Amino acid sequence: MSFMHLAVAAPFAYAAIVPLLHRSFPRVHTGWFVLPLPVALFAYWLSRFAVVRSGVGEEARLSWIPSLGIDLSFHLDGLSLLFVLLITGIGGLVTLYSIFYLSKTKERIGRFYVYLLLFMGAMLGVVLSDNLIALYAFWELTSLSSFLLIAFWHQRERSRYGALKSMMITVLGGFAMLAGFVLLYIMTGTYSVREMIPQVGALASQPLFFWAMALVLVGAFAKSAQFPFHIWLPDAMEAPTPVSAYLHSATMVKAGLYLVARLTPLFGGTSEWFWLVSAFGLATLFWGSFQAVKQTDLKAILAFSTISQLGLIMCLLGLGSAALAFEGNVSDVYVLAMTAAVFHLVNHATFKGALFMVAGIVDHETGTRDIRKLGGLAAIMPITFTFAVVGAGSMAGLPPFNGFLSKEMFFTGVLNASRMNFFSMEAWGALFPIVAWTASVFTFVYSAVFVFKTFLGKAKPEQLPTKPHEAPLGLLLPPAALVSLVVAFGLFPDIASYYLIEPALASIYPSLLAPGDDFHVHISFWHGWTAELFMTIGVVAVGSLLFWQLRRWLGVYGRLPRQWSLNALYDGALEGLERGSARLTNAYMTGSVRHYLLYIFTFLIAVVGYALYRTGAFGAIDPGYPGYAPICIYEAMLVTATLLATLSVPFARSRMTMIILVGAVGYMVVLFFVLFRAPDLALTQMIIETVSVALFLLCFYHLPKLRKETTSRRFKLTNAVVSVGVGAIVAIAALAASGTNGFESIADYYLEESYHLGGGKNVVNVILVDFRGFDTLLEIMVLGIASLGIYAMIKLRAPRQVDRKGDSSNES
Amino acid sequence: MRRMKANDVILRTVAKLVVFIILAFAAHLFFAGHNDPGGGFIGGLVTASALVLLALAFDLKTVRKVVPVDFRIVTAIGLLVAVLTGVGSFAFDQPFLSHTFAYKELPFLGKKELATAVLFDLGVYLAVVGVTMTIILSIGEDR
Repeated sequence: MSFMHLAVAAPFAYAAIVPLLHRSFPRVHTGWFVLPLPVALFAYWLSRFAVVRSGVGEEARLSWIPSLGIDLSFHLDGLSLLFVLLITGIGGLVTLYSIFYLSKTKERIGRFYVYLLLFMGAMLGVVLSDNLIALYAFWELTSLSSFLLIAFWHQRERSRYGALKSMMITVLGGFAMLAGFVLLYIMTGTYSVREMIPQVGALASQPLFFWAMALVLVGAFAKSAQFPFHIWLPDAMEAPTPVSAYLHSATMVKAGLYLVARLTPLFGGTSEWFWLVSAFGLATLFWGSFQAVKQTDLKAILAFSTISQLGLIMCLLGLGSAALAFEGNVSDVYVLAMTAAVFHLVNHATFKGALFMVAGIVDHETGTRDIRKLGGLAAIMPITFTFAVVGAGSMAGLPPFNGFLSKEMFFTGVLNASRMNFFSMEAWGALFPIVAWTASVFTFVYSAVFVFKTFLGKAKPEQLPTKPHEAPLGLLLPPAALVSLVVAFGLFPDIASYYLIEPALASIYPSLLAPGDDFHVHISFWHGWTAELFMTIGVVAVGSLLFWQLRRWLGVYGRLPRQWSLNALYDGALEGLERGSARLTNAYMTGSVRHYLLYIFTFLIAVVGYALYRTGAFGAIDPGYPGYAPICIYEAMLVTATLLATLSVPFARSRMTMIILVGAVGYMVVLFFVLFRAPDLALTQMIIETVSVALFLLCFYHLPKLRKETTSRRFKLTNAVVSVGVGAIVAIAALAASGTNGFESIADYYLEESYHLGGGKNVVNVILVDFRGFDTLLEIMVLGIASLGIYAMIKLRAPRQVDRKGDSSNES
Repeated sequence: MRRMKANDVILRTVAKLVVFIILAFAAHLFFAGHNDPGGGFIGGLVTASALVLLALAFDLKTVRKVVPVDFRIVTAIGLLVAVLTGVGSFAFDQPFLSHTFAYKELPFLGKKELATAVLFDLGVYLAVVGVTMTIILSIGEDR
């Protein structure tokens, strides 16, 4: 138990006492109690900079299930530190923001902070865990707490829908990821990522390698809202805005990116990884930015923008993984792409968090997030407007904000990719810059939409639910902090690169560094008249043109049929699954006992038949087996009589005949027992048969008249076939079993020792009461229970009327 | 069992006689069980059939009056006896349900075999009588 473990456990422990605080101090907003925790954690992690910077990192191990190789081993390196700072830093800001956003009287804030703290702890666990199973456990905890947070306003139908959707998709991904982890364990024999990395050389040739990679990627893509799993993110916008800002822009959706970066040393350098990650990233980038333009809800714009930016980072992670395929100087080109990925990850967290908070302020102060109703807020909310401009400017990739730098680096990355001459990039490489550039144009357009439609133009106060005014200071402080980071990283990017990016790169590329060396990342604002700069100028020019003419081409979106959208596919698949399984269940769960018996008997025939076939028992049936006793005339007569009686039962027309026939069979069995010299059995069977026939007659007395069978002829035929089949298979099994006598019977022991040990000459009785008395004890107990059951059923019967009422209420 | 004839003297008279024969036979079956066909199970069933005969010849009320016991308790006692014979073997540091037997000289009866297995069989006997009678009486008394 190290301090690192305490730091991860702290949010969980705190979540346990938050409800107490909430109840004890109802007059203080609970958020104030929560706020110190992320701040303290942020300060703690900041103090670890030096350790991480030195390249050593920090390790802590805590045993969990040692016999399965599962432990809570935490490892802090550059990549983890970057995420940990994002989580705690933005967590603190979001907590502050939520204090002013959520009303302490109208909302159940006690619960809100419990969920939020759970999420924070789980997220810290995800990024610090070195053990994949521990990582998975924390991963699912983030899914769970995200589910709870999205459905925070659970009285709204859309919230529940969004929560369920995100849960389904992320948990589906989580399961796939778990399967991938298990495959990795099978290949490497360890769950620890750091112990896997030295085995990389042998890993790539394993047959399970690709599947492990694909399954892990499904998990990462589902969590990070990559195409086609991105559909949950826009619906998750039903969550309170602090949640959207925290989970769905800065932290949780980056868990997938984290995983991809974390496992790059394992999978990177292979063409499958390169293609899967970068192609899906590119597709997401384009699709997200394209879809964002048509949205009319501020948070929906931001959601699709998040999807698109996550795709951008994912694409860069893919491009950067190419560096592992080569040694030497060539790889530096691709290291640049990874640098861009890490840098943009930081940038995105800052500006997207700020933009969500801006959207929340607009929503909070005007009562709506619909851009068709908004407009002209710049004069009313100048500070919020400034934040929006900075955030959106950074999002669109304009100087002097940090988004500009990472976008330039992104362009460099895709341009390098287009010049690649491996991984069959010769054929497809040109696509990368084209798609990336187009997506950037759309990014510019929706960023412009976000700012211009909300804050500029004509004010429409009459359409707004409340009278707009500037937000209170508490709501403005957190976005102010983020926006100042946007500008700071924009103007002095080397701060970020020295403290955050270089250590992170060192943990993504552990094999590319000579011992004692660091990556030297220098991001300069001005890098000459390069192709990237012209691309940016082109983005601004074409983007402005498109924004100016927005109304003319917005009709494009109507062209795609609604039923082709991924949401329709998801809803349809869910509904189809439900309907299909209901139909399947209704098809065989008919409620008819006869049908169920049919299944059971058919299964019996199939299984026993197959087992007999597999063991070769059919061949073992030998009519001339010497162990068979000769058949005497009495036996033949008895068998004939029994057969006649049995076969007449199904053809009897009245119940009375049936009962008599069954009784006849029973007495025939008595005779069999006599014939086979079992006097005790014969006696018991005779009395029991008499009693049961009497009971049958008693029942008969109460039964209604025998009705004509209503089942179809075909069903009867099936019955006949199945019953003949059961008879045949049991007969065959009996013949086959008697033909293969493997062991000597233990009967001789009883015959010899009955008198000697048991003191009785009646061997059956001695076995029953002495040798195997325990069975008898339990059998009389069975009888006792049966009698009590009958007594209870008859004597404790509820009155009729109540019975009927109960029935009808059950049916309705 | 429901519709009694007004005058069935023959049945009743025969029943009075036969019931004792049946009970004696049941006792014989029970005691002979260790060495000859029979035992607690059959003995119990035959005893119950004697009581059923009484019930047929007279009615259930008569049976209740003649044998004024609750047969559910008889079942319980039977189970208890069976379990206790098993537990009793613990007192002699033996595993559960270990039986023993010995030949002893008894007054009036002479040298006889005494087996603890008979005690267990007594439990079986009582349980079977109780079970059978509980079932038949509760069904017979219905409505």
